[in-house]
Amino acid sequence: MPAAIEFRDVTYALRSGRTILHGISLAVEEGSVTALLGRSGSGKTTLLRTVNRMIVPTGGDVVVLGRDALTSDLIELRRGIGYVIQEAGLFPHFTVERNVGMVLEAQGRPRAERISRSGELLAAVGLEPDSFRARYPHQLSGGQKQRVGLARALAADPPILLMDEPFGALDPLTRAEMQDMLRNLLAQFRKTVLLVTHDLDEALYLADRIALLHEGNLVAHLTPEEFMRSEKPEVVAYVKAFHRGERNAEAQP
Amino acid sequence: MMRFLSQYGSQIVTLTIEHLWLTGAAMLLAAAIAIPAGVWLTRSPRWAGPVIGIANVLQTIPSLAMFGFLLPLPWLGERAARIAIAALTAYALLPILRNTYAGIRGIEPAVLEAAEAIGLTGRQRLFKVELPLAASFILAGLRTATVTCVGIATIAAAVGAGGLGELIFRGVASIDNRLVLAGAVPAALLALVADGVLGLLERWFRVTA
Repeated sequence: MPAAIEFRDVTYALRSGRTILHGISLAVEEGSVTALLGRSGSGKTTLLRTVNRMIVPTGGDVVVLGRDALTSDLIELRRGIGYVIQEAGLFPHFTVERNVGMVLEAQGRPRAERISRSGELLAAVGLEPDSFRARYPHQLSGGQKQRVGLARALAADPPILLMDEPFGALDPLTRAEMQDMLRNLLAQFRKTVLLVTHDLDEALYLADRIALLHEGNLVAHLTPEEFMRSEKPEVVAYVKAFHRGERNAEAQP
Repeated sequence: MMRFLSQYGSQIVTLTIEHLWLTGAAMLLAAAIAIPAGVWLTRSPRWAGPVIGIANVLQTIPSLAMFGFLLPLPWLGERAARIAIAALTAYALLPILRNTYAGIRGIEPAVLEAAEAIGLTGRQRLFKVELPLAASFILAGLRTATVTCVGIATIAAAVGAGGLGELIFRGVASIDNRLVLAGAVPAALLALVADGVLGLLERWFRVTA
């Protein structure tokens, strides 16, 4: 399998001298879901944002679908990559339909096409098109906003999807629904997904590979099964921290 | 009262139109300068302090002095209306500039991030996202500027630019309060109407986040 995204010795340092990423090399297989896992400040979001050049690395290369992400045309690069963030970032002055069709609108595609594509995608993310297309973002719940954000990211059918803590602000039940929806969606449309999360459960549930970042270093790149069996101290610490509540409850008499 | 109106009625109308022209021209000019400048400041925020500072200083110049300063300038000083429009424009810059800048800077970062990440060009970002979302702020600035300038425009009569101030100055000189009111009341009404209309527009463009 060829790599859809390849990080080659990617370094990112702030002007203050603080280094956020220490020479990260990682290949993301085409059609796979890779979770970038790590605690806050581990550099996972920074790494993600080098893919669509929201951040320009200070060293190394990022290759996206065989092309150098640092030199290819910026607008074209970004239009070929879906991007979903925790706050959704929907345009508050546009209807749901126009939000979803925005990438196509930016490309100058005809209105009829935008409308029909919007409808398709709303249905795909589990929102009844006729009852949602005319709504504005402030009329949506947090989960619905994320669904619209995901639909918008998929509008131009990009081969790559970047997701930065997409469900991080949702309650556990809504989050679980969204994870199921995403899984079904990815089974339908084959995408290469890079998913930033600090939630091990989410990574285990959605990802084919888990890349663990620790203080700007890549410390593990494993399948979920391998991850749970790993004896690497950083991995063990992450797994241990994750099950604390459960173990505590089981220990109660 | 009726006799007064029949004597001065047509003059009041002419001067009101003149007043509107002076203020309207200045507002259009100020918007044409301050909105692009405000957008530019959001791109180069390190200039925001100094540029807004200059606009602020302009605003503190007493209006009579401002008209006086402009009088000896080559092209401007030739016609009183030019002086008046230039001075009013200078006063209108600050509120429009400041509100354009603040309106765009106040947009939720996630929205701007999304606009960038989905591959909008700079122009699309400005016209589809930033200006529409800042529109109600920009209009609020325009409203403040207009109301202020309708008032200041009455002083333009001191340099012979006409407008409703002419009646006020004549009334003061001849100690005739009816004339003062004949200038002041329409000027106040103009300000109120401008305030109301622009206020409606502002609400129309307001976006619920």
